[in-house]
Amino acid sequence: MEGIAIRLQDLRKSFGETTAVAGVDLEIRDGEFFSMLGPSGSGKTTVLRLIAGFETPTAGGIELAGQEVTGLAPFERDVHTVFQDYALFPHMTVEQNVAYGLKIRKVPKAERLVRARKALAEVRLEGFGARRPAQLSGGQRQRVALARALVGRPRVLLLDEPLGALDLKLREQMQVELKELQREVGITFVFVTHDQQEALTMSDRIAVFDQGRIQQVGTPAEIYERPATPFVASFVGTSNLIEGESAQRVVGAPGVYSIRPEKIRVLKESAESDEPEHATATGTVAEVVYLGDTTRFLVDLDAGGRLTALQQNLETSAEDVAAYRGTRVRLQWHHRHTVRVPDTR
Amino acid sequence: MTVVAERAGGQGTVRRLAGALHRRPRLRLALLLTAPLLWLTVLYLGSLAVLFVSAFWTTNSFTSQVVKVWSTDNFHELLTTPVYRQVILRSIGVALAVTVLCAVIAFPLAFYTARVARPKWRPLLVVAILTPLWASYLVKVYAWRLILSEGGLADWMLKPFGAGGPGFGLPATVLTLTYLWLPYMILPIHTALEQLPANLLDASADLGARSWRTFRSVVVPMVLPSVAAGSIFTFSLSLGDYITVQIVGGKTQLIGNVVYSNIELNLPMAAALGTVPVVVIVVYLLAMRRTGALSSL
Repeated sequence: MEGIAIRLQDLRKSFGETTAVAGVDLEIRDGEFFSMLGPSGSGKTTVLRLIAGFETPTAGGIELAGQEVTGLAPFERDVHTVFQDYALFPHMTVEQNVAYGLKIRKVPKAERLVRARKALAEVRLEGFGARRPAQLSGGQRQRVALARALVGRPRVLLLDEPLGALDLKLREQMQVELKELQREVGITFVFVTHDQQEALTMSDRIAVFDQGRIQQVGTPAEIYERPATPFVASFVGTSNLIEGESAQRVVGAPGVYSIRPEKIRVLKESAESDEPEHATATGTVAEVVYLGDTTRFLVDLDAGGRLTALQQNLETSAEDVAAYRGTRVRLQWHHRHTVRVPDTR
Repeated sequence: MTVVAERAGGQGTVRRLAGALHRRPRLRLALLLTAPLLWLTVLYLGSLAVLFVSAFWTTNSFTSQVVKVWSTDNFHELLTTPVYRQVILRSIGVALAVTVLCAVIAFPLAFYTARVARPKWRPLLVVAILTPLWASYLVKVYAWRLILSEGGLADWMLKPFGAGGPGFGLPATVLTLTYLWLPYMILPIHTALEQLPANLLDASADLGARSWRTFRSVVVPMVLPSVAAGSIFTFSLSLGDYITVQIVGGKTQLIGNVVYSNIELNLPMAAALGTVPVVVIVVYLLAMRRTGALSSL
């Protein structure tokens, strides 16, 4: 059984009147790629800063590898951080930046150089050692920050929205590289992001934050397929909830239900649904959004409420799908994709 | 109707002129800069040139009349006469001492005003640092004369410790100049410390550095260009001063007051002496340029 890298117990943090973290319990396993996902102001970054030691908790405890670290300073904790805006030292070269932590730990100069070069090679920045951070592009600075945090082989690496400042293409490339790097070095990564796609792509497990609390912890599939609260259902993936009267009529029972858009098929209204394991609902197409590879149908249900359905453009094209606007359709999906969401609101 | 037409016509001329200027950026620049450039070259650089040229003239030792005969005697005398050498070295020493003292005092002060004090108090503290600059230079120097005079404040305060004030002389000069130029050192350091990103300090601690180490390896190197920038003020202002030393310096001779006392008797010699601080400051600026100080002014 793998060990526990980080354990948070009823962690709380207030800044004056505002409560940033309102009681967080969490266990992060050794070697895990763990994401903390949530909108801005949800407390995820504060939790990260509490783990790093930049903030002191108002209440609660933090354990790193079984050792209590709640009152310890950042330099007494075996964690390193990759900052959102990189926080590279502008007066040092790339190599000096990477070797800084080693120098402080009094690693001999020769070994320091070898390890710094190796860390730069790991992030594919060989030959950039003599440059200054100002001479690098955003993506390159990102890699230097990563190398600087990784070179000391900390127990845990904390990443605070490290890809936020990069453009889309570079971000997608870095997502893959980060994941590969994490597998190679085997260090626990705690990754803060507001981008649900990013969290789903990279993580072993995800904690979804809202208003200083964890809404759900689980694998990407669990989070996506079985959202534990209406917030998770709407924040991760497209919000597609039916509730109240329309839930009664479509599902046959009251409550809040989530149906992911790509699980729903759009059929002609006349199409008979003879398969007993399928749920079905009729409605009028309110809007059609052509996305290239897929088309998004917004359907106003006769039973009340609106559902989004996502269809692959296997044979249809922009003109074909546009013709659907205003027409009557029948939506169909497998019963097992009707997910009951505990109403916590 | 005619008024309107005239106004429109007038506007047309202005517009045409503006348009013409817009199409000729060089002409626009020339019109803008001619007057200040003339001021700079003729009055400022011109007088410097006159100073430099007159340093090569001599005087009739009986009449003190300037004799416009080309010679390097003045510089020769300057470099070979022990008194002049001493005065030059002493002046540079005073300027350096004032600069070092200012830096040593300014750093903790600026650290307090920029990073320790509550943010709402910071602008007030900056104003407090600047207030001495509102008072007349002479008033402040005479205040120091009172403080340092025999039986003055300095004597009175140090008496319980069995010591006396420094009296008038070289230490008093350094002390007073340090007081005078301190704001010029605090301000650039304050600005640099204020602009120092907090997450660089976090990053340093995160990588294992204790506070002192972070201060040494991150704060000081990043603020150093601003210290150098401040030192340009303190150094050149101290090197050129001749009033303070007259008021609190006792018998101390610095370049400034030697120049002053030579002006009536031997103008070319005064000019030769006057070129010394110019040369020293040029050398100092060249040295400071290497630290990046000039870009943080």
